[in-house]
Amino acid sequence: MATCSIEDVLAKAEKDEAEKLKSITVIKEQDLEFDPGNMLAFDKNPPDIRQFREKKKDDFLRSLARDNAQLLINEMWKLPTERVAEAIVAKLPEPTTRLPREKPAPKPRAPTKWEEFAKLKGIQNKKKTNLVWDDVHKEWKRRWGYKRAKDDTKEWLIEVPETADPNEDQFAKRNKAKTERVAKNELNRLRNIARSQKIKVPGVGLAPTAQQSKSELGKAMHVAKMSTASVGKFQDRLPKEKAPRNTGKRRKFQPLIGDFSTEKQRQLDILNIMDSKKPRLDINKAANKQMREEDMESRKKTGPGKKGQKGRKGKFSGKKSKAPKLAPKGANSRKLNKQKGKR
Amino acid sequence: MRPLTDDETKTMFEKLSKYIGENIKLLVDRPDGTYCFRLHNDRVYYISEKILKLATSISREKLVSVGTCFGKFTKTLKFRLHITALDFLAPYAKFKVWVKPGAEQSFLYGSHVMKSGLGRITENTVQYQGVVVYSMADVPLGFGVAAKSTQECRRVDPLSIVVFHQADIGEYIRSEDTLT
Repeated sequence: MATCSIEDVLAKAEKDEAEKLKSITVIKEQDLEFDPGNMLAFDKNPPDIRQFREKKKDDFLRSLARDNAQLLINEMWKLPTERVAEAIVAKLPEPTTRLPREKPAPKPRAPTKWEEFAKLKGIQNKKKTNLVWDDVHKEWKRRWGYKRAKDDTKEWLIEVPETADPNEDQFAKRNKAKTERVAKNELNRLRNIARSQKIKVPGVGLAPTAQQSKSELGKAMHVAKMSTASVGKFQDRLPKEKAPRNTGKRRKFQPLIGDFSTEKQRQLDILNIMDSKKPRLDINKAANKQMREEDMESRKKTGPGKKGQKGRKGKFSGKKSKAPKLAPKGANSRKLNKQKGKR
Repeated sequence: MRPLTDDETKTMFEKLSKYIGENIKLLVDRPDGTYCFRLHNDRVYYISEKILKLATSISREKLVSVGTCFGKFTKTLKFRLHITALDFLAPYAKFKVWVKPGAEQSFLYGSHVMKSGLGRITENTVQYQGVVVYSMADVPLGFGVAAKSTQECRRVDPLSIVVFHQADIGEYIRSEDTLT
């Protein structure tokens, strides 16, 4: 039994070995088409349907795949190879099969505001020639752009219109008009982008948004305050308004070791201002004083009977006559009741 | 280290004046030498001119403390007094509270002063007035805020709070590593 099993095992091992070392040549009725650039192989042979049914389907497919992979690898070996750090590397040629793109095709650009308007009105682009005849230079020049025909920026003289101010610089005026046109064009371009992406169209300066944050409101308020002829110098402030932060103003400090006497004087000035702002009559203090006097009076009235108790209490307030004595609790509450009655 | 700006000086003086009133002038204008306030690491230090000049030779990162720390500016730019300022608050304090020996310990552990622990209180103390807390032997223990006016103090029950605790000398041990 044991020997039999050993033979079995040996035979099986041999079979496995043979399976592994399956010949690298694969015979196909029709040759495969290869695209080594993409490491692709197309098998045009029809699959053997009978075998497909008889054999296990998985096994059949696996062996078919193995054979085709073998053929592909054989093909790869035909390519020029080189050794790079103990690895054999084949140089792939250009791929011949065109693969479909990974991402979907981009959507067409949303029409600009002008394009929408032109479509609505039925305005169509008229093709114009790129070159036009320049009468002055007697040659063909571009219609627009660099070195264009009838270039009004290159004029050495401009006639001052009759209605214009004679002291006005016509060249500067033209330049300004040009930069403004460019700026307007740029703004329109950005607006078109914003519109196509469904972003809020940016306005000029601080555009009102639906939900303004605290900082935005503060900024808007600050801008509004500064927008006066005197740059907000004489604008009133709210009682507890804080100066705006991060306005680009740098903090400046006094020197660490400067003039100590002026520093002292400044601090004294601050103290004087603080003192002058205090109310002369502190209502709380006055009321307390009044209450205390009333207390004293009422104590005088009931005084003579409680001498012993007061003496006992006296040990705490021996030093300073300023500190009021704390009367015993019982007497306290009685006095309180009396006071309440008075009022 | 830098001098305080006017705004900072004002907030600090306002806080100090709660405890020592107009006696701040005595801190600013001293007959025994020139003293000044300097800001370093958001903390306000009260330094004599002589020491300030010596301290300038120490780099900002290395300088831990110089002179007496009065307190610090919080991130919201309020000023908070530290216990280290007590040495200058106590002699000039306008309103004082003395605590009984039995209540000393609980105050030094950071709790408020109860009516039962109240020994004496300066008369005419109004509510929420800054007060300096002394032991009965006139040793300054810390400072706080009067929770009741002197008049009210007489009538309240013994367990009610009379002085809110703000700082006490127990902090020298409790928060040793943060005090500078």
